[in-house]
Amino acid sequence: MDKIDSQTLLKKGAEASLFLANWHGRKVIVKVRFPKKYRPTELDEKIRSYRTAHEPHLMHEAKKAGVPTPTIFLVDKKNAAITMEFVEGKQVKQVLPNVSRIEKQELCVSIGVLIGKMHKCGVVHGDLTTSNMILSGGDKIFLIDFGLGEKNTEVEARGVDLHLMKRTLQSTHYKFAEECLKHVLRGYSEILGSEDAEKVFEKMREIERRGRYVDERKQA
Amino acid sequence: MKTSAETLCLGVESTADDFGVGITTFNGEILANASSGYIPEEGGIHPREAARHHAEAADKVLGEALSKAGVKPKDLALIAFSQGPGLGPCLRTGATVARALASYLSVPLVGVNHSVAHIEIGKLETGALDPVTLYVSGGNTIVSAFDAGRYRVFGETLDIALGNCLDVFAREVGLKHKRGMPLGAALEKIAADGEELIPLPYVVKGMDISLSGLLTAATTLLHKRECRQEDVCYSLQEHAFSMVTEVTERAVAHTEKKEVLLTGGVAANRRLQAMISSIAEEHDAKFNVVPSQFATDNGAMIAWTGVLAYTHGLVTPVEESYVKLRWRLEKVDVPWIK
Repeated sequence: MDKIDSQTLLKKGAEASLFLANWHGRKVIVKVRFPKKYRPTELDEKIRSYRTAHEPHLMHEAKKAGVPTPTIFLVDKKNAAITMEFVEGKQVKQVLPNVSRIEKQELCVSIGVLIGKMHKCGVVHGDLTTSNMILSGGDKIFLIDFGLGEKNTEVEARGVDLHLMKRTLQSTHYKFAEECLKHVLRGYSEILGSEDAEKVFEKMREIERRGRYVDERKQA
Repeated sequence: MKTSAETLCLGVESTADDFGVGITTFNGEILANASSGYIPEEGGIHPREAARHHAEAADKVLGEALSKAGVKPKDLALIAFSQGPGLGPCLRTGATVARALASYLSVPLVGVNHSVAHIEIGKLETGALDPVTLYVSGGNTIVSAFDAGRYRVFGETLDIALGNCLDVFAREVGLKHKRGMPLGAALEKIAADGEELIPLPYVVKGMDISLSGLLTAATTLLHKRECRQEDVCYSLQEHAFSMVTEVTERAVAHTEKKEVLLTGGVAANRRLQAMISSIAEEHDAKFNVVPSQFATDNGAMIAWTGVLAYTHGLVTPVEESYVKLRWRLEKVDVPWIK
């Protein structure tokens, strides 16, 4: 009954391979976390099965909070495989450099709003990059790849999430990183409220200062 | 006029516990790579004590490098030095030596970023051209790749460096740093006899990792004396290396580059080499590892990076040659890569 037809490899990522397949007449993505030879088997199995079980759960939580995520159809913990909706669209990573300044602003504010909604419902993503955001139908942004996420409402975890977003902008979109970040934070603030948002921003800056060789190193 | 095979650069390295002097031609031939390491009586590096060692060793190491290369000071066309990042007193000692040499010989001076130098020596020695680099040492844990004029940092440690984590743990085990046997190497030997993997924290956040929780957990476990020491060492290594390998693999998948380079002091660890080699193969990328004599801090890497900088128009006037304790990799322009 749960037969999945015509699997073709769409992308071989670091953590998992994505297959495009047909499931009951639907276009689906099958995300498989294959064993990693470099890790000891016990550690590898623990990581893969943990992430396979948690990812769909977090995606569902986020969806309930109004963050578009692909719908989950099947979870096969034994084979570390998740079957989910195929979202048509483009990665924000590809879209961002090629749109006007105004569109960049709008896109970044929307990203901030989504992160805010997700955090507000108690989910942190753990890998916020522009590769993990899909712009679909021109205005709807889907968040994908919650494999490193967790249920967490601590300011620290939220701060790390925003720090990762900032880092992606700096490494991948360095030409307009600062402006983009400003708008992401603006959108975030709209959802969390300026008081709570400011606590997270301060934590984000603190996390950055903990890093190595930053100019304003935190004084103990 | 001398050809680039005859033009020589001398590089001074002194960011942490090693004082090194290397001499290379402008073609990248390494003629000498001498060094002297400061070994603390106990505990980690004491910056002032290390700097004192460097000041005392400078004369001997310089002489050793010159005689190994078979050249005289007047044959040198350029002096390079490690300008940062690193420990202030240590950096200042090396910078003083370099400034004095350049002024005395009336040759140009060029300040080099230590992290860039680790990447460049790896590329020179392995032939890698455009790799994703995992740079792991006592002070750094960085996954980087070149893009648009600079080495971009894709992932790094959010707290302590991998080599630092291993060294501190090795001292907890009771190992002593001996000449010719770094703590990490001694730990690797014990870990090789590990049989059972004990669960420890595994912390990957996006492309970044965190090692401090792992170190605390492993240390606590060690002092409880409920597990075999070999197993704790093995488990610590496996967890820490798996984390850096995972983030390196993410960068390889993200950038789609076809070369991977492992560099820095911890690159000498065979187990880590096997892991990084495995993910390179998985993504059809060529695996490269820096030869062990250039894995730890050394003067040759500074000399060679100095050549690259100088031949692309960079010089450091003495009045601008102050050391930069915090000089992040992605802040450095690398005009020699197109």
